Amino acid sequence: MVKRILAIIFILVIGFWIANALAKVPFGEDKMLVGKYYLENVKEQTGAINAVTAVVVNYRGFDTLGEVTVLFIASTGVAALLWRRREERSAEVDGSLILKTGSRVLLPFIMLFGAYIFIHGHLTPGGGFPGGATIATAFLMIYLAYKEYEIDHNLFEPLEGLSGVSYVAVGLIGLAIGGYFLFDWIWQIWEVGDIGRLLSAGFIPIIYTIIGIKVGTELTGIIDRMIKESKEVEG
Amino acid sequence: MTSIGVYYFGAISLILIGLYAILTKRNLLKILVGLSIMETGVNLLLISVGYVRNATAPILSDYATPTNVVDPIPQALVLTAIVIGVATTALALSVAINVYERYNTLDIEKIRGLRG
Repeated sequence: MVKRILAIIFILVIGFWIANALAKVPFGEDKMLVGKYYLENVKEQTGAINAVTAVVVNYRGFDTLGEVTVLFIASTGVAALLWRRREERSAEVDGSLILKTGSRVLLPFIMLFGAYIFIHGHLTPGGGFPGGATIATAFLMIYLAYKEYEIDHNLFEPLEGLSGVSYVAVGLIGLAIGGYFLFDWIWQIWEVGDIGRLLSAGFIPIIYTIIGIKVGTELTGIIDRMIKESKEVEG
Repeated sequence: MTSIGVYYFGAISLILIGLYAILTKRNLLKILVGLSIMETGVNLLLISVGYVRNATAPILSDYATPTNVVDPIPQALVLTAIVIGVATTALALSVAINVYERYNTLDIEKIRGLRG
């Protein structure tokens, strides 16, 4: 009981501090500094019309490479923590008929929608991260519907590594052509495509496809690891 | 008054609810739920700091010029933070699975003190 009262006092103090700090940040007013620069130059400099995507992949591409690395480390960590467990599912029956039929019908459409989200990242809301997560949901659905289903590890694990390597490779090509890592040579030197079309925005669709594949395979790998039998192998 | 603080209030509330769960709950899974709620609150806070009244999404077109769109930077940060949050939650959950296998309990009072 004392603990709860202390906790309530503590969170009230923290809440008061956050509220005090936010009182100096007016809500709903235009207070952009760097954002303004990005918005005014995004079309000429990156060829993308979605400013969020341009910031994620182009202006702060190196940062995103770090985030993809965090994701990779988290997925490797899940695999390392759960490696001793038996490679079996604990579910005794398949999902219901509705789930099984529904998942079979919906699977291609969910995959297509995920691919659409990451290929059109420079034009519409979304990008590689949500697109990859959408593809992982498709696999989660099959896992729930069929108890004996398992992803092809010989396909997924090399794909995951290959997409990480190709992100770095795209950056290194930029280094060779333009002089710095992740230089967008496709837009700034070759000037491929028209602004607002699918074929535009330089390497943003390429990198977002790579990120989409990487996020999709990694989250699917995490699902695969977590859904398996929880009994530890003796010895 | 109605529109001034709704988002800030909601975001701070989510952060504090999550913090309360982390401070008082003894079940490891409930602590992780609290952590996720806190993460949602932080994401909402970042997005609402970047909000501009009467502005649209930062996807430029004939109707969305650089003068009437919201700040793209908080959105870019949150976009990646959500997926990273999912992955780190999965990592924390697999630690919780290992803790349960070793100690047969998820009560943090009982797993205190390194055994074995």
